[in-house]
Amino acid sequence: MNTLSRRSFLKRGAGAAIGGLLPLSLVEVAFADKRRNFTFAYISDSHIQHIKGNQFVRNWDRGLIRAVAETNLMDPKPDFVMYGGDLAQLGTKAELDHGLELLGALRPHTRFVMGEHDYYLDLGEYWSKLLGPQYYSFDHKGVHFVVLNSILTYDKWINKWSTPEERMNVMAGLDNPLGSPFMVGAKQRAWLKQDLAKVSKDTPVVVFSHSPLQKIYKGWNFWTEDAEQVQALLKPFKQVTVFYGHVHQIQYNQIGNISFYSAMATAWPWPYPATYNQKPSHLPKLTVEMNRADPFFERDATGWQFIDVWSGRATVHYSLPENTPRTVAYNPKTRRPEDTRYQKKRIPPQKHY
Amino acid sequence: MRNMMFAIMLGTAAGMAQAAPPLGLPPVPVPADNPQNPAKVRLGEKLFHDKRFSSTGEVSCATCHQREKVFTDSPLRVSRGIRGLTGTRNAPTVVNAAYMHTLFWDGREPDLEGQAGQPFLNPVEMGLKNYDPILEVVRSDRQYRKLFKQAFGLEPKQITMRHVVQAIASFERTLVSGDSPFDRWYFGGDEKAMSEQAKRGFKVFLGKGRCVSCHTISQTHALFTDNRFHNLNVGFARIDKDVRELAVAFMQARKKGTSVDVAVLSNKNTSELGRFAVTGEWRDMGAFKTPTLRNVARTAPYMHDGSLETLEDVVNFYDKGGRVEDDDPVNAFQSGGIRPLNLSDDEKADLVAFLEALTSPEYAKK
Repeated sequence: MNTLSRRSFLKRGAGAAIGGLLPLSLVEVAFADKRRNFTFAYISDSHIQHIKGNQFVRNWDRGLIRAVAETNLMDPKPDFVMYGGDLAQLGTKAELDHGLELLGALRPHTRFVMGEHDYYLDLGEYWSKLLGPQYYSFDHKGVHFVVLNSILTYDKWINKWSTPEERMNVMAGLDNPLGSPFMVGAKQRAWLKQDLAKVSKDTPVVVFSHSPLQKIYKGWNFWTEDAEQVQALLKPFKQVTVFYGHVHQIQYNQIGNISFYSAMATAWPWPYPATYNQKPSHLPKLTVEMNRADPFFERDATGWQFIDVWSGRATVHYSLPENTPRTVAYNPKTRRPEDTRYQKKRIPPQKHY
Repeated sequence: MRNMMFAIMLGTAAGMAQAAPPLGLPPVPVPADNPQNPAKVRLGEKLFHDKRFSSTGEVSCATCHQREKVFTDSPLRVSRGIRGLTGTRNAPTVVNAAYMHTLFWDGREPDLEGQAGQPFLNPVEMGLKNYDPILEVVRSDRQYRKLFKQAFGLEPKQITMRHVVQAIASFERTLVSGDSPFDRWYFGGDEKAMSEQAKRGFKVFLGKGRCVSCHTISQTHALFTDNRFHNLNVGFARIDKDVRELAVAFMQARKKGTSVDVAVLSNKNTSELGRFAVTGEWRDMGAFKTPTLRNVARTAPYMHDGSLETLEDVVNFYDKGGRVEDDDPVNAFQSGGIRPLNLSDDEKADLVAFLEALTSPEYAKK
């Protein structure tokens, strides 16, 4: 590349970025009625952690603060914000209160998904007192949205601990063999069946859960025990999209008619970067390491999402501080979500450091 | 730097003395389409000092980039152009700018050639309406005609602004300075070259101070910059409340053709958008380029807006996690690398001693 083409590259880059202010990037294949295209923001896994008194872990606070600030900058404003769960680290009142205080700066209306870190101290009691029902549905611009509490588990496991704190601590360890697989459960599945019965099969359906409604890896609890049963309820619909948090990494998948997209965490990446081990921190116990995140820039390998909804499909813009943003969009030709940049040009994995 | 051809500037009879880069610095990258030659460097130096290229005849490049001040206008906070008009940003040194991946505090130009063309037309710098007055001078002035012939083999009529900025950039590529006490100690192995206090300061620089994460050094040389952009929480409080309105209005104006260069230097609020004004990416909000630390003891005041007067002030600012006072607000876009450091008074003093050991001999106080 010579200097001149580098210059035009920089200028072009800047030009494209101006368009980036308006996240609707796929209008040509969007709803026939353009008024039905819309954008929402999706923030997840902030793990607000109480130290003592009015002290909270600064790093996790800063991640949520920045995600909120970026969401407030969006132009046009997103129609609403989904919070994907794990607002708290150990489910305490102090953590939920502080997290909601930070989220209070959001200008658009915010809805919430229950995460296991919000739940297993008091089984969701304080969360529900503040935020209402743990599963619900709503309609927006021709799309039917469903929110599920997918992090329930067996009663036997719930009742086997001597204190709620002990139970919470065990569930907070993502790869703890003493944990228990997540599930939506029979009661919620019955509700979902009833809720979907009112919806025409042509209506796009978008489901939010905290754990993936697909079985990825049980050892890390990237898992929902009754995923197939939930998927079966969604099968009759033409366009179904599932968003989940929990995994702290970018994942996308297609199972039958269902497109899956994950959310990044605002707190920390998974697996943990080995560099996090350099000094004592408030990170949950370091288990699986990865050599990726920059130890200096605390936001590296974290992120949040802005999502365009068009023709019942989604384009997910991952905003990744200290990194190049990524976009994963449903491709109508291949009928699955694809990374708009890296799908064809894969980056080989790093084998040595 | 793929576009750059790494060329070592060979010494010639014409007086280009640098046979190899000074201790502590890599070879100077030279673009393939603008090779160095002695006549071009002499021409560039003359252009750099010519006040006729401003609307009032008062200002040249050298007005804000004075050799005896390490090519800055220290101690001014922000630069002063024609008729005493002031801009919004502190003049960065030209010394070692040849190594920068982008130019200006917000990196809005990719190279020295691109940078050199902008101040002529900026209304608060040199204030020309267009480049015509410059071309008139260089095409008619006897000395310039001779130098352009020698440097580029051009007849007067063939001279364009591209040649003018190429010559200025060529001169600037000769302004490289290393060989500081730190270089003589760290790269040269001379134990006595740097004081014990400065050596302790270097440990703080690498460790507890977290400085080296952005002001990088390598095994063979030290440029003291990562060439990246960071929001440190300097000056952002000015726009924090209205940042969305300001950003949206600016991007709309930009779409209609507003010059970034003019907008950021003539409006204090727009200036604080930093790198965002160039890329339009939220992640660049309020972010400015990491400057080199070489000769930093001679280029006060500091930061993009010149708001910190001394190196002690700068160290205190970082120690407080990007705050001047303990109760100053921290903006939401602050770089994830900035956090309170809890340095002791001794560690701070050592760090300052280290920074003072980065002065090259040609810029040391006489």
